[in-house]
Amino acid sequence: MTVTAGSKLEKILKSGQKAVTCECGPPRGADAEHFRHKAQYLKNCADAVNVTDNQTAVVRFCSMAACRILMDMGIEPVMQMVTRDMNRIALQSNVLGAAALGIKNLLCLTGDHHTFGDHPQSKNVHDLDSVQLLDCVRRMRDEGKMISGTEVEGRPAMFIGAAANPFADPFEFRVVRLAKKIKAGAQFIQTQCIYDMERFGKFIEMANDMGLTEKCYILAGITPFKSVGMANYMKKFVPGIIVPDEYITRLKGVPKDKVAEEGIKIAVEQIQQCLEMKGVAGIHLMAIEWEEKAPEILEKAGLLPRPQVD
Amino acid sequence: MVVAESKPIGEILEMIKDCKKVLVAGCKGCVTVCNSGGEKEVGILASELRIARKTSGNDLEVLEYTCERQCDPEYIEPLDDLVKEVDAVVSIACSVGPQYIAARYPYLPVYPGLNTVFIGGSVEHGVFKEYCQACGSCIIGDFGGLCPVARCAKQLMNGPCGGSSGGKCEVGRGEIDCVWHLIYERLKNLGQLHKLEEPWGYKNWATSREAGPRTMIREELRK
Repeated sequence: MTVTAGSKLEKILKSGQKAVTCECGPPRGADAEHFRHKAQYLKNCADAVNVTDNQTAVVRFCSMAACRILMDMGIEPVMQMVTRDMNRIALQSNVLGAAALGIKNLLCLTGDHHTFGDHPQSKNVHDLDSVQLLDCVRRMRDEGKMISGTEVEGRPAMFIGAAANPFADPFEFRVVRLAKKIKAGAQFIQTQCIYDMERFGKFIEMANDMGLTEKCYILAGITPFKSVGMANYMKKFVPGIIVPDEYITRLKGVPKDKVAEEGIKIAVEQIQQCLEMKGVAGIHLMAIEWEEKAPEILEKAGLLPRPQVD
Repeated sequence: MVVAESKPIGEILEMIKDCKKVLVAGCKGCVTVCNSGGEKEVGILASELRIARKTSGNDLEVLEYTCERQCDPEYIEPLDDLVKEVDAVVSIACSVGPQYIAARYPYLPVYPGLNTVFIGGSVEHGVFKEYCQACGSCIIGDFGGLCPVARCAKQLMNGPCGGSSGGKCEVGRGEIDCVWHLIYERLKNLGQLHKLEEPWGYKNWATSREAGPRTMIREELRK
């Protein structure tokens, strides 16, 4: 794989070292200070920080602005883009704008359905899906063409990523869809939160067998449990997430003031288990509204300090 | 067929609150099949309106007529005499009907008595589901004969997404089948799973409503 965007994330992955990305969601308002505060915790522990794009279909300040704030703080962003809210005109425009700002990592997603968000009465777009967006960005970068065939003046140098959920159904199709995303343009993958290690293990094994882990870098998605309530919520209400009972039993088995600590312990174990699997190129830590714990988790998992690349 | 459902009676009463006499016009097409706008429903709605207004001490006279169809100008014609007597028409055809009535009678108010919900069919008695969004260029041949445009909540051309669980879509609280799961199973049955290995390209939405209201012209019929 030749260097395409030259982002830190791309360089670390290409060097063969395990990469670490974290997630930082913009707030539901224009409070940049709050965002900066959360991001500060991630500065020295992530190679790049994902900025979500109106995650769970709830309005927040936009991903591109948040990426710019991160860059001003010396943090490399991974800009997330969903196809839910923009048609191909707006999507391509945003890819070009992001590249013009110097954003070098782009995660292409379809996005959570808008009926789960705070504006369920809105009109959704879905002109493209995530696979088509991947293809579109790759084409703009490598062929210098927009979807329409129009020449791009100044190709967007992007390291292109996608998501994968090994826990959705039909299970045997998940790797086929992963292969499809790679064909379309995905160079790195950040997975859905992993709790069911056995199923993730099978997924990675299938990806290895199909040669997919040689064609793209898979970062295992980890979300630490903050509480028993959160674990139960994830298990019962978040589609496409499998939470084995043993974790809930463990969290319930410790005194109330030790639950968070146990959650961190579990996350550290999960990170180590994932990193032992052949084909896992790094970790994507999504400490949702718990960014301040990211350094501790990554330190305990032996992933700090982060490597330096030119 | 075009599937439609009755508007809440209160909404219809509000629309015609200033009228003394109205015509309820049904349609013997799709809305008869889906039990929302045929002769029987015309009778029911007319009675409901009369009773409601009588109860409120403001009698309403209601005429009843069911057109062969409301989506052909010649079938609107039989309303010519009836409309002379009324303050407004309540059409319980799909939303095409009231627009044909409005076109024929420029000075007569017309109100919809139905909500037109989708193009679909019945799956069991009393249950109707959506199957088509009239995108104008049918692609279901690539997907085992099943439509991701109408039946996938995200209109994915490269599904199923991460929200597919046990054959159900994450949208709709387990009530909606994941069409991508169905597509997968069907292509497996047909020995055509390879069709899902290549990214499906860009859908041309220009044939859809996106390019403005559509007109279809059949020259050979026009002559």
